[in-house]
Parts: sequence; structure tokens; C-alpha cells
Amino acid sequence: MGKGSRSAVASSPVSLKATPLSSQHHAKFQEGLSVKEPKEKLHWKGFSSSSKNRAMFKTSYDDIMEEPPYFYLITTYLSYIILSFFGHVRDFYGFRWNKKAYAHLMPSNGYAALTSDWDSFWTRNLKMRIEDCFSIPTTLVPGRTINMLERVTKDYCRTFQFTGRLKEAVNLSSYNYLGFAQSTGPCADAAEEVVHAYGLSSCGTRLESGSLDLHTKTEELVAEFMGKESALLVSMGYATNSTTIAGLASKGSLIISDELNHNSLVFGSRLSGAYIRVFKHNDTQDLEAVLRDAISQGQPRTHRPWKNILLIVEGLYSMEGSIVKLPEIIELKKKYKFHLYVDEAHSVGAIGPRGRGVCDYYGVDPKEVDILMGTFTKSFGAAGGYICASKEVVDHLRLVNHSSVYGESMSPIVLQQIYTSMWSIMGRDGTGAGQERLSRLAWNARYLGSNLRKMGFIIYGDRDSPVIPLLLFNPAKIPAFSRECRKRDLAVVVVGFPATSIVASRARFCVSASHTKEDLDFVLRVVSEVGDILGLKMSSRQALEMGMEV
Amino acid sequence: MDNLLISAINSTLATVVRGVQVVPGSAIAIDYIKNSYQNDPFRVVLELGLAIYAVKYMLSKKYRIDQNPVQLTEKEIDELVAEWQPEALVQPLSDIQRMELEKTQVIVGAQGLKPKVLSTGKNLLNFASLNYLGYITNEDIKKKAIETLHKYGVGSCGPPGFYGTLDVHIDLEKDIARYLGTESAIIYAQGFSTIASVISAFSKRGDIIVVDDGSNFAILKGTQISRSNIKWFKHNDMADLERVLESIRLETLAHKKRPLTRRFIVTEGLFQNYGDIAPLDKIMELKHKYKYRVILDESNSFGLLGKTGRGLTEMYNIPAKDVDMIVGSMANTLSAAGGFCAGSKEVVEHQRLSGQAFVFSASIPAMLAVCASEAIKILGTKQGEKLLKGLQDNAAVFRNVMLGASQWIEMSSVAGSPILHLRFPNSALVGLGVRTRDEERMLLQEIVDEVASKNGVLITRAKYVESQELHLPRPSIRISICAMHTKAEVEKTAQAIKAAFGKVMSSRK
Repeated sequence: MGKGSRSAVASSPVSLKATPLSSQHHAKFQEGLSVKEPKEKLHWKGFSSSSKNRAMFKTSYDDIMEEPPYFYLITTYLSYIILSFFGHVRDFYGFRWNKKAYAHLMPSNGYAALTSDWDSFWTRNLKMRIEDCFSIPTTLVPGRTINMLERVTKDYCRTFQFTGRLKEAVNLSSYNYLGFAQSTGPCADAAEEVVHAYGLSSCGTRLESGSLDLHTKTEELVAEFMGKESALLVSMGYATNSTTIAGLASKGSLIISDELNHNSLVFGSRLSGAYIRVFKHNDTQDLEAVLRDAISQGQPRTHRPWKNILLIVEGLYSMEGSIVKLPEIIELKKKYKFHLYVDEAHSVGAIGPRGRGVCDYYGVDPKEVDILMGTFTKSFGAAGGYICASKEVVDHLRLVNHSSVYGESMSPIVLQQIYTSMWSIMGRDGTGAGQERLSRLAWNARYLGSNLRKMGFIIYGDRDSPVIPLLLFNPAKIPAFSRECRKRDLAVVVVGFPATSIVASRARFCVSASHTKEDLDFVLRVVSEVGDILGLKMSSRQALEMGMEV
Repeated sequence: MDNLLISAINSTLATVVRGVQVVPGSAIAIDYIKNSYQNDPFRVVLELGLAIYAVKYMLSKKYRIDQNPVQLTEKEIDELVAEWQPEALVQPLSDIQRMELEKTQVIVGAQGLKPKVLSTGKNLLNFASLNYLGYITNEDIKKKAIETLHKYGVGSCGPPGFYGTLDVHIDLEKDIARYLGTESAIIYAQGFSTIASVISAFSKRGDIIVVDDGSNFAILKGTQISRSNIKWFKHNDMADLERVLESIRLETLAHKKRPLTRRFIVTEGLFQNYGDIAPLDKIMELKHKYKYRVILDESNSFGLLGKTGRGLTEMYNIPAKDVDMIVGSMANTLSAAGGFCAGSKEVVEHQRLSGQAFVFSASIPAMLAVCASEAIKILGTKQGEKLLKGLQDNAAVFRNVMLGASQWIEMSSVAGSPILHLRFPNSALVGLGVRTRDEERMLLQEIVDEVASKNGVLITRAKYVESQELHLPRPSIRISICAMHTKAEVEKTAQAIKAAFGKVMSSRK
């Protein structure tokens, strides 16, 4: 870690509030940061306090996705071309002289290939080489640290053998934002009691006698927490989206979806039979253009008016770290009369002064959003998801949500984990522990993010986001970053195409309230060291981040 | 979005192909491009280099599905926007929907043989919940779960691909594979979502899926999301299946030049909506004859059918390895949670990257995985065999009573099935003057209410998302037998239900 960044940290204590920036600033930054700003220096001190200000000022600065220097861009493309070339060479020989290994990719005995070789080209020739960086098996609690089962490979990641040893590393990989993944403490105690009192299953679907009083009780608490009339719980986070949307939109409806929406939202939207249009990620101007076009043109070919329009966005995008521009969307909602569905899988519990997600973060009344969806897998250390809405909508969904009609209902232990952790966040346990977790998470997120920026890494996303993507670009740096970090006892997630665009491979850090400042300093030290080795400090904005004149 | 993109790329390629056709040796190149179209337009774009990448983006921006947009001024658009009145997000509930919600029983406290229900505060004898082998009250399982809790906590806080794979998940996968006798297995976080992911991971646009029309909703959604060509055959009708397969064969013969597509037969082991069993032996015969892969949904049969609960393959004495994909649930019969798919190594490994509900979802809590592992362990023991035998016996007792009332009660379930669907026979409905589905549902609900209040028995109607089912089964009462009930209890309950059917029918006459 450089001296400069150290002192910068010391001189400007990280605050939880957003940075006020004038709109001229934004324009200038977007012009590529070349303009020298004579009068107003970028200041980190005059933080605004009210949510309203936050909403006003939270525009494009945070969302600029900084392009890397051309050198990195070109080498990235070149790397992929070389990798694909070698992949093809391997396939060419493989299909001819290594038929056994390629059997499932070739038609045999009258059966078509099980999976198409086109489909798996990427996996076989690119991902396979770095398979040791994915699906790393772990054990014990995914808390402040994580225990990985050490494994070795003798055949270039085709198979792995466990050595029987554990490797403990600081955990920046789990979605344990508030640190509720614990095997001791109030949550675990309550879960243990529930095992005795209820067993592990609720034995059926919600509508066919799989409803427990615990479901009702937890639903009431969740609804209260989110500030909505009613809530519906679903036993799987993914299914909360994929099995609900069909109950809200159908043929004749239009779904407008952010281009980076999660797979579960895409899956659910496709099942609904509604027409789907996409707008640019978090770009409200593009959204408005889509809305104007859609409403004025009506349905394709027939030009009939749409039955209704459902806008689906996420609160916090887990790969980008960007927070939805909710206030602007609410403005558009008033004018264009669409229904709004916000997926708070990553934002609930993780942002907002009271941990209640994006509405809380912006100070928007939750009633302004028709459907608030979220999951319990992340901040609450549990599993499953919820839909919060008006009683009318939730009652309707109880009857048409595929999971509540056909799927298993939530297990009592999961319900109890949700209940206890939420109870604590709401401060009802009288200890203030929940609030402390919230402030710690917010501080940690700011601290790690701003210091990484100051070191010169290209960091995407919002400054308040507990998800911090660090851009790697070159494909070879994906495994290198992961391996080097793990070597230094730091567990990180790395992602590349197709989860991101082809150039924007990244490492993703998930900050948790369970991390101490020492942990984060350790992280910064490790990442800085690895960043130096791999040449990742390529941001042109470093000076700016450090509060110097550009 | 994909649609747009694919058609955009498609049209670009068509133009390119026409240009290229004049070049000698172009046939190979064209084949190359055509092959890649089916599954992944992105990759070919990559391979053809940046040039086409740029063209693709240019075209996809200009492209719009509506080739005939009306030119409007900004003012006109504003007016249209102001004018447009959307429908409400949901329609108000109908009477029967409201009844459906109100009549849903809520259990106070633990599920079990005689749980307490909220509506009356009474304890009812449970013939509704899925607790076939009584695992819910098993103290050994509870003990293991608590041990796990103190090691792992509750949630796994991550998808399997990113540090969410726990050692207990790997163990459970091995336990399932070993128990079934397949090479490998993969676990999903919810039973219902499993099969849709499995189907769509393998069957793509242009592939063929032949499905039993009595299949459950999860299968229906899986076929829908896969965008493959779907053919339905009549429920458990092997002659009809053969007819469908034959017609597809003839069709492919007529288009010999088309590349060989993947073909699947999808059916259920023990049918959730009917309680009958697929003739797996005949299906396997047809599979081998016509070269189809079989996806067998054992969500209700795994852990229940066969001498040791290994499911349909054990029952028909067919090696589980021969069935290409066996999908099951750990929620229904093991009283845990989640689903699995068992098959060859290739089948399983492919899903680790392409099974959408696997990749994009957090993994199942460690406690529930351990609970499933323990339940499977019990199945393999003498105790398990005894439980299964008890379940079969209880089912037989119940069934025999129902058979004695065939003029009032139609039962689609076969012998050995612990799921029993009870319906009004068509003839009886005509006699009663019941015309609509809703009336039929109300009548069945009367029976459910009657046995609850008079006999202290908890049963439920089978529930469906009526508006989204394709082959909606006729309304029914679904009984779930439990091995832990005494024969006397089962007999008494069956008699009570029989009497309630009789009473409701005579009151209508």
C-alpha cells in the first residue's frame, strides 16, 4: 500500500454519506476528466446529510464505468483471440484423436451430442484452465474468514484431489453483508430451539397444508420491515423471481428490464409470456426513450395499447456495484404510469441507514414501489426470498406464484434465522447490535472502496455499495488475481465472460460487517501487492480520488 | 432481447452467406456458422473477430421487431402517454379464489401426525402434509442438524460457483449418486425449480421434447423455457408415445439434410397430479428404439417406491445408469429441502455451468443438506425397509376402502402409491348437476371441511395455478399417506372420507 493512500485515509475520514457533486462536475468528468477545474476542488469533507440531497446528487459520477487505457483493451481482445485460436486447435485434434474425451460432444449411436461443442467451447478451452478459481469447496461458517478445502490437480484442473488440509482466508467472497452467518449467538440459539420445536421441514406447499404459524409470523415482520402491507415468502431466492413474474405480467403486458438484470428475472419474465424490452444499465434517459416509444407505438404489429407495463430493476447490481436511480425512476413512474418491481436481493439489509434497502437509502416511501422483492440469503444469513406489496397483490400472488402452489415452503430453521436477524436489525432485541452491524458495514464499504480507488484501481459502482468490483480486463489476470490473493490468505471471487462483458473481467469483493478495520487494512495490503504484480493500478483518476487538483 | 439479437445476427449471417457462397470452399465455412447458430450466437461473433462484432452492434441497435412504426411528433407522444391508462397490476380476487385463501390451513407448531391447526385450534390427524416416512419427528436427524448448525450456521451465503459449495453438499451429492447407482449427482436449492433448469440446460431451440401430458407444472415450465419443439403424448399411453415418436422419425426422414437434434422423453415416476406410475420398462424400450434421452422426474417416487426406496428404476429393475437424467426432490420424501439431478458425469458437470437455478442461486443451507443425507442413510437400513413396508401397507388399507366406493369416488392412483387422488366420477357429476370446475372445487372443499370438523382429519385438495396450467387435471382431494399412522387410524380416516363423499353427494341430490 502506497504512502500516499495511507495519509489520504488518515486525513479524510471516510464518511457514510454521499459526496455532493454539482452537475457541472458530472459533465466534466464524463468528458474524460481532462478539464482542469480551477476553483472548486473535489472535496471529501463537505458531506451532505439528508437523504434528499443524496438522491439529488447521486447521479452519474458514481456510475461512470471507467474505460481502461487502450493498451489493456487491445491486449484483452488479443488474449481472447489467442485463447480461442488455441481452443480450436485443441478441438481440431481432440475430435480426431481423442475421441473418448470428446464423446459427449459428438453424435453417437444415433443420439445427437449431449451438449453442443459450440455451447461448451468456452468452458472446455478457457474456463477449464482456471477451474481451480471457481467452485472452491469450503467448510464451516462463511463468516469473517472462510475455510477452503485445499485441493490439488494433476491433470490441468480436470479433476481435483483433496489434501485433507484446510486453508483459512479472510473472506471477501460471501454475501454475508451483515455478518449474520454465525454458528453461535442469538440466531443459532433460536434456530436450535426451532429444530426441537418444529423439526426441519414444513412438509408441503404453502397452499396444501405446508403453512406454519412461523410463516405467518415471519411474513408479518418482513412486511413491517419493508414498510409494505403484506409479504409472501418463497423458499428459494432465485425462484422468488422466476416463479412470481408470471403472476404479474402476461400476454399483452410489457416488461421493461434493465440490461443487467439477474438471470432469475430474465427467466421469470420469459415464462410470463409478456413482451420484453430492455434499457441500458441504470440509464434513466434510455428508459424514458423506451417508455415513450413503447406507450406511443403500443404492441408490435397490432399497435394496440399495452395492458400494463412492468418495470423490473435491481436495487444493487451485484456484478457492477451500482445502485438503482430510484428517485428518477419514481419520477418517471408518475408520468408514465408503469408498475415498478425492485429486486433487492443485494440491497436489502446492505444499504440504507436502517438497512431497509434502496427506499431507505434514498428516503423514498416504500409505497411508491409496487413490488419490493428481496432475498434472505445475503444480509440475513438465511435462504429464500420475499415479495412485499399491497395486500391485494400479495393475496393474488399466493394463489399464482408457482413456488407457493407447487414448491416446498420455507423450512422452519430458515424462517427463524430470518426472524431473529431481522428482529436484531430492527433493534427490537434492545441491544443495538443490529444498528452497529449496519454502521459497520457502511463504514467498511466506504473504507475499502475509497482506498482501492485511491490506490489507482479501476473500481466500478457506487461508493456506498458493499459490493466492490475491481476491474482486471486481461483474461490471464483472472486466475492470477485469484491465486495470488488466496496464496496471501484472501478469498476473493473472480468473474469473466460470459458473466460480464468480454473485456470487463473483474474481481468482486463483498464487504461484511464482520470484518474489522485490521482485516480491511490487510485486504488493502494484499490487493495492493497483487495489483502491483499484475499491473492493475491503471485508473486515470487516482489523483482525483486523492483529492488533488487534476 | 435474445430474440432480437438472434434474429439480427441471423439476418446478418444470411447476407454474408450469400456473398460467401460464390467463393470456392465456402460450404465448410457456411456449415460452421450454421452449426453455431443454434445455441450460442455470441461465440461465433467472437470468433469471426471484431469486425462482425461491430456490425452486430450496429444492426441490433437499428433493428426493431415492429417494422412498421408510426411516425409521431413529440407532442403526439406526450398526448398518447397522458392518455394511456394501464390496467391494475392484479385483478381483484374472485369468490373462489378468496375461498381458496381462507380455507388454507395454517399449522401451529410442528408438522407431524396430529398437528394443531390455527382455524379451530384443534389437533387433526394429518393426511395432507408430505411426511411419508415420519422423518419430521426423527430425533436422530434433529440431533445431526443441530450439530451442523453449530459448525456451519444456517445460510451458505453464496452460490456454489463462488465459495458456496460446502463439504456437506459434496457429501450429499455422493450419497444420492451412490444410493441411486448413478455416476454422479448435483443438488439444487429448491425441488420445484430443479427440473426446469435441467430441461433447459440440455434441450435448446430446435431440439425435440416429447412429454407426458399428465406431467406436473414444473415440467411444463421447463419445456416452455427451453424453447424447444414440444410434443405431447397422452398420459401414460405408450401406444400414443410410440405414435408421436414415429411421426417425428418420419418427419426427420423427410428432412435428411438437417443435423441430428437432441431428443428427449420427459415423464414423471410417480405422477404428482394423478398418483399413477409411468411404465418405465416400455419407455426405456422406446427410448432405445428411437434414440431418445429420458428425463425422469422422480420428485415423488425417489425415497418411496421400490423395495428400498430407490424409486422407479428399482421398481422396474432397470439400472439407474440407463436413465439419462433422474430428477428428484429432497423436500417431498426426505422432509428436507432442495432437488437433485442424477446421471452420468457429463450430464452433471454440464449443469454446474448451465443449470440456471444451480448457477444463479445460493446453495442449500448446510443443515438441510445434512438432513437429506441422514434421511437417505435411513432408507438403506432395515429401519428404512420397515418404514417403506408400513407406508405400502397403510396405502393399501386406504385404497381398499376407496375401491369399495367406486360409484362416488374415482381414484387415479395405482396400488403402491402413497399419493391418492380422489375425484368425483364424471357420471356422478352429471347426476348432481355440477357443470363448472368451480362448483366441483367447492364440493370437494365441503368434503375437506366435513372431515376436519366431524372426524378431526386434515386433508387437502390438490391446488393448481389454474390460469397457467396447460393440461389442467380435474379437481381432486389429495391424500398423503404416512407410514407412522396405525392401520386403525388409516382405516377410520378412509371410512370417514368415504362417508363424507357420500354425504355431500346425497345432500346435493
